Amino acid sequence: MLSQTLYALPFLAEGFALTLWVSLLVVVLSLIAGVLLGVGLVYGPAPLRWAVRIFSDTIRGIPILVLMFFVYYGLPAVGLHLQSFWAAVLALTLFKTAQVVEYVRGAVASIPKGQSEAAMAIGLTFRQRLTSVIFPQAFRRFLPPWINGVTDAVKGSALVSLLGITDLMQAINQVIGRTYEAMPLYILGALIYFAVNYALSYASRRLERRFAFIRD
Amino acid sequence: MATSSNNSPALLDIAEVSKSFGPVAVLRSVSLQVAKGEVVTIIGPSGSGKTTLLRCVNFLESYDSGSIRIDGKEVGYRDAGTRQRRGERDLAAMRAETGMVFQSFNLFPHLTAAGNIMLGLTKVRGKSSAEARSIAEHWLGRVGLAHKADSLPAELSGGQQQRVGIARAVAMEPKILLLDEITSALDPELVGEVLAVVKSLAEDGMTMVMVTHEMAFARDASSRIVFMADGGVSAVGPPKEVLAAETTNERLRTFLARFRASHF
Repeated sequence: MLSQTLYALPFLAEGFALTLWVSLLVVVLSLIAGVLLGVGLVYGPAPLRWAVRIFSDTIRGIPILVLMFFVYYGLPAVGLHLQSFWAAVLALTLFKTAQVVEYVRGAVASIPKGQSEAAMAIGLTFRQRLTSVIFPQAFRRFLPPWINGVTDAVKGSALVSLLGITDLMQAINQVIGRTYEAMPLYILGALIYFAVNYALSYASRRLERRFAFIRD
Repeated sequence: MATSSNNSPALLDIAEVSKSFGPVAVLRSVSLQVAKGEVVTIIGPSGSGKTTLLRCVNFLESYDSGSIRIDGKEVGYRDAGTRQRRGERDLAAMRAETGMVFQSFNLFPHLTAAGNIMLGLTKVRGKSSAEARSIAEHWLGRVGLAHKADSLPAELSGGQQQRVGIARAVAMEPKILLLDEITSALDPELVGEVLAVVKSLAEDGMTMVMVTHEMAFARDASSRIVFMADGGVSAVGPPKEVLAAETTNERLRTFLARFRASHF
């Protein structure tokens, strides 16, 4: 029966690849959107700040599963039909973006006002102040919660199986459906998720140490 | 009354600048001209508007009315009498013409001493990093910190940090240097090294406007002293005149008496 599981390994590997692909998409897209909206939340004009505030508070108050079903089953009602894969990616990205917005806001707001003023005083433009002065300092504060969020994204990606997408979770369930070897397969799945997240945490600690020299 | 005695047009021309924070008037029609090469110190009780005035000069603070010109060019607003705020790039370019040193140093903690000075030179002045580095080293030498070029701000004492702050400002070759209570956050024994640097810049002919509580320094190093009270210029003139004990200016006399009582 173990041989049956071994036989299923390539299938599981495909599921794992899909899990990584979904996670990567969600993490990258939410990082880009979250940084833009987060900067808008701190520096933008009032209407933009309100819009971002409402977006972030609303999304964070909805269970991610509800959000995913809403995007997949709800949006077709207004004419937006997404493939299950993209519906899942969109829902997870929206959810993650709302979190990244808060990390960015917190990290940027923690930089003393004098830093911006000193940067202004030497004639840096807004964009230069952000990229050369604010972001390098904010990065250190942004990193720990964000990496936490990345590991959440990897774990949370298992929810896409509920839209019938064959990620690692779904692949495991299907193999179990054939082999009835629930225990070893769930342990295998847990180990794989754990290994990915442990590697991420390790990389994060390395990065944090790399930036620890910035004191205020 | 001794104004800038020569007839050359003022490098800095502050004309009837007023500003309120809500119902509180912090600047009431302040006018002040500073000629090239002058060192003007601004003294006065806290809340008198000294720092706000200084921050208006490089538009870290906007003002409600009046005009501030450097070399004839309006600072924060577009010329031609409009009250239209300059665009972001335009403002940045204007600010690069003034240097500012802050009470709390405000060095960039993620950059070395040299890196702090090089940032503006490379990003704003468009210098190559080798060129910027050599300028940074020159100015670090001038403030006595050539050996600290590669130190991070956190590895420097307060006095050293502030000297880097001065080097960062003057390396940009500003037309005018603004100094905002630059020794107030320093331990007493570190004040001297910072003031010595300011003095040597003054001797080089750098135009400076300095908000300070260091009366002895104001007396010895300034061309003129401005005494501010309640958001207005209450007295202005050469140190000997303004700091004279027998002044008839009631506010000034009270200020100086209180000051002498606590500092001498």
